Amino acid sequence: MSDTPLFKVTIDNISIEVPAGTTILNAARIIGGDVAPPAMCYYSKLEGSGGKCRTCLVEVSKGSEKDPRPMPKLVASCRTTVMDGMEVKNITSPKVVDARASIVEFLLLNHPLDCPICDQAGECHLQDLSYEHGKDGTRYEFQRRTFKKQDLGKYIQLHMTRCILCYRCVYTADQISNKRSHGVLDRGDHSEIATFIEKSLDNNFIGNVIDVCPVGALTDKTFRFKNRVWFLKPMDAHRDCPACSGKVTLWNRGDEVYRVTARKDQWGEVEEWICNDCRFENKKSTDWIIEGPRLIDRHSVISQGHYAGKIGLTMPTETFSAVHHGRQPKLLMDIHSVSEVNQTDIDLSSINGPAHSNNFNSNKD
Amino acid sequence: MEALTNRVKEVNRKPMTFIERLYIPSILKGMAITFSHMFKKQPTIRYPEKKREFSPVFRGLHVLNRDEEGRERCTACGLCAVACPAEAITMEGAERLPGEEKLYREEKYAAKYEINMLRCIFCGLCEEACPKEAIFLSETFAPANYTRNGFIYGKEDLVIPNPITDPEGFAKAKGPSRSN
Repeated sequence: MSDTPLFKVTIDNISIEVPAGTTILNAARIIGGDVAPPAMCYYSKLEGSGGKCRTCLVEVSKGSEKDPRPMPKLVASCRTTVMDGMEVKNITSPKVVDARASIVEFLLLNHPLDCPICDQAGECHLQDLSYEHGKDGTRYEFQRRTFKKQDLGKYIQLHMTRCILCYRCVYTADQISNKRSHGVLDRGDHSEIATFIEKSLDNNFIGNVIDVCPVGALTDKTFRFKNRVWFLKPMDAHRDCPACSGKVTLWNRGDEVYRVTARKDQWGEVEEWICNDCRFENKKSTDWIIEGPRLIDRHSVISQGHYAGKIGLTMPTETFSAVHHGRQPKLLMDIHSVSEVNQTDIDLSSINGPAHSNNFNSNKD
Repeated sequence: MEALTNRVKEVNRKPMTFIERLYIPSILKGMAITFSHMFKKQPTIRYPEKKREFSPVFRGLHVLNRDEEGRERCTACGLCAVACPAEAITMEGAERLPGEEKLYREEKYAAKYEINMLRCIFCGLCEEACPKEAIFLSETFAPANYTRNGFIYGKEDLVIPNPITDPEGFAKAKGPSRSN
């Protein structure tokens, strides 16, 4: 790589030198912060991804040192490589801001906006995108397209209505498993992610499609409706796994493991793929060696209520008996004797799939 | 010393005269003020028999609303709990089974929903956060209780009566200014 020339590129008046062949998006990500355009379909770990969602559109106000003409239209920064002396405007260009708001409106045309029941809410890229770049309302007046929800195997639930057709899951299945059995069927408004005639996906690494999905179209069925992500404690943990690296994030409530996901970096991309065994089959805290709390961006709702940003293992030390010469505090009420929520005899994490009314009612006298 | 403001009043420290020391004029003056109040409008009401009307924006006890078909609106999305500054709300969600469509509006619902009224500060942020118009603060107080156990309100205390089977209870729970 040492013989590749370095190109100087200026993004939002910040200059940086990157090797030739780098895309504008990756150059902007090196700078970081607000300069990096949002990306819904581009995934740095997936070859060939990008260019579909158009959220990363930027304005190139100067093509290069040799040809300083601006590019006539906004370009998708994830698929456009930098040129020497290129000047790019992202958030400093009103055209880009306006175009991005329109793109969000397009992406949300058929989106059901069922965030209150969607398990992705709180870590959904489409939520973040529409919150940061979208407008208040839509001008769409027609019926939204609808699909039935589908089970892709016993682990994965497909809600096609929420899909934005980013193709990430298709590339994932292509590139990390040896045989892909799902893809995009039909064209245009009818196109949908599907296994041909509802086959189940059963590759050992297929669970990763849940992590790459930027929306709630592919969700973990073992975690379905169990809890909201912002009430869970993310913990870095690992185990000795013969198939994958075994490095995961556990989503705990107390000591119960509600969900296992791969670790995600600051761009929301998976750091290391994990296998289905790690993801779906090891839901006991004894299966894992916990390394410590996962650092969550403080702007995320997931860090909400976790005071001082510490989502820790350590319980606060009880000082009452120390200052009262060993006398224990008198409890007037133990909340667990009254509360019906989070009862010890209902172990939600051990239910394989969403809880139903019979899971709760069977315990009643 | 120079006064800081111009509202300083000199205290009269002269010894009282004989008439003043009798106190009778002062007592009569006070009695006259008390007597005059008998002819004025009462600012109080006789509480348990008569109840004051609440403002339409009064924030009282919570209700979990139903839709016009009597289905529960709450989907256990957790936004009320995350908005709650007192962390009084807890819940557990469940998936609707086939055959339960008459009970719950959406495919996910709150199997357990609890508000700890000892913690609740009646700020109304849960009502504001709710995307499904499911939780409302009604125009009633939380009734007093002798033990703390009675303040953990579960779904049986919170869910509004069914508007189809029990329209009177529904209207009463909604409150006079919200029953339209």
